[in-house]
Amino acid sequence: MATATLGGKSIEVNDEGFITNQEDWSKEIALDIAKNLGIEMTDRHWVVVNYMREDYAKTKKSPTVRRITQNTDVNTKELYALFPGGPGKKAANIAGVPKPAGCV
Amino acid sequence: MKKIVILGAGTGGTMMAHHLSKKLNSKEWQITVVDDIQDHYYQPGFLFVPFGNYTLDQIRKPQTSLLPRNVRFLNQATKKIDPENNSIETSSGEKLIYDVLIIATGSRIVPEETPGLTEEDTWRKTAFDFYTADGAAALFPAMNNFKGGNLVVHLAEMPIKCPVAPLEFVFLADYYFKRKGIRDKVNLSFVTPLDGAFTKPTAKKAFGNLMQQRNINVITEFNISEVDGQNKVIKSYDEKEVAFDLLVTVPVNMGSKLIEDCDLGDELFFIDTDPATLQSKIKENIFVLGDATNVGTSKAGSVAHFQSEILTRNILDFIRGKPFSASFDGHANCFIESGNKKGMLIDFNYTQEPVTGSFPLPVIGPLPLLKEARRNHLGKLAFRWIYWNMLLKARSIPFVSAHMKKSGKNIV
Repeated sequence: MATATLGGKSIEVNDEGFITNQEDWSKEIALDIAKNLGIEMTDRHWVVVNYMREDYAKTKKSPTVRRITQNTDVNTKELYALFPGGPGKKAANIAGVPKPAGCV
Repeated sequence: MKKIVILGAGTGGTMMAHHLSKKLNSKEWQITVVDDIQDHYYQPGFLFVPFGNYTLDQIRKPQTSLLPRNVRFLNQATKKIDPENNSIETSSGEKLIYDVLIIATGSRIVPEETPGLTEEDTWRKTAFDFYTADGAAALFPAMNNFKGGNLVVHLAEMPIKCPVAPLEFVFLADYYFKRKGIRDKVNLSFVTPLDGAFTKPTAKKAFGNLMQQRNINVITEFNISEVDGQNKVIKSYDEKEVAFDLLVTVPVNMGSKLIEDCDLGDELFFIDTDPATLQSKIKENIFVLGDATNVGTSKAGSVAHFQSEILTRNILDFIRGKPFSASFDGHANCFIESGNKKGMLIDFNYTQEPVTGSFPLPVIGPLPLLKEARRNHLGKLAFRWIYWNMLLKARSIPFVSAHMKKSGKNIV
């Protein structure tokens, strides 16, 4: 396990940069992860990230893109504009939840 | 008389009918299977139809010939599931009360989910699926007439039934055009929303290497927003484009329409199911197996087979008022055709990803895991017979247990 300096603290992360202990998460850490991904967080980004955290707390699974767009007012097009390249993965990374499995 | 109702006569439902009819006294328990299908297809055979290796006649049997005689087959669609009253209703309005309900309604492709895909000048003209009998049959002449250009094999969204099938299709296409002597005129691409050729790291690397050897372009993290049939391109949400002359796509997979209509599933209409016991979270007397569940393993016939052994024990425990004694580990076992009469094999579960090693099988011998071999191709071909004669009839395959075995695997 590697560590990264996020939110001014040394935090354990996996080889894809996802934090390994969910309880380490804080808004400051999220902002630093976003910055590393080249994303400047806006209210719309937080709609997605907050939903991901809520849903993960309930289901213990990271929500898929489809689930995010069905349960927030962010549509797929906007989601890709907010998190270019891979919204499921990037938003999960910022939200401090595991990379969405969705795929076996 | 107590009643078990099984919804769906596909792989999982047919196997459960055989298992339970062997274990339960038919004077005490009535088992009814409800489905409107006439023909039962050996679905792994769909892959071979576009290449002319099988016709549909060679991979189907009448469903009535496949169920045990002491099981009632109600050849109708189900209209409604009513968990509160422990009943289901069929399309003709017949109401069945059950003590135990088994949902084995599978998954389906929903091409309408992708804008442009089902346009009349596109669907099954230049864009095809091979996950249905009609689709596989329509793709045969399209492949046969293909003289060169961009052949794009694409998958829309995970999860899909048989996640290795699109890989197999692209490997077989490579071999098919090589044999025809026109491989140099065909540009083969594999387009996926995943970040590699497969989901699990070791297999992703192995399949990625095979793609490279065969000169197949792999385009990753492509989330389709639209098929533009006029200009023959597929477009992604982040405005990437891939040109095609022939598109072979695995459309979005969803659970059955019935689950959607009854609001019993998740956002893709798969049913929230306990991954170990296979009891649904809908109600304690409802169980689920096969593609219809939301459990974190492949949607595949081998999974339904292993689940059927576990679920049989748990249903027997349930009706005897005992705690569940069997636990499913997510075991999946898939042959992967890789062309040139060779194949690969992967064997894995919820926690163990596919790795190299060897897998025991009687007669054919030990099969190499995650490695190309002729024996794996023969194993895959032999499976059609095994499916009809052993798997569906709930006869267990010697040495192949419901739980994954770690022996023989090179686990790091």
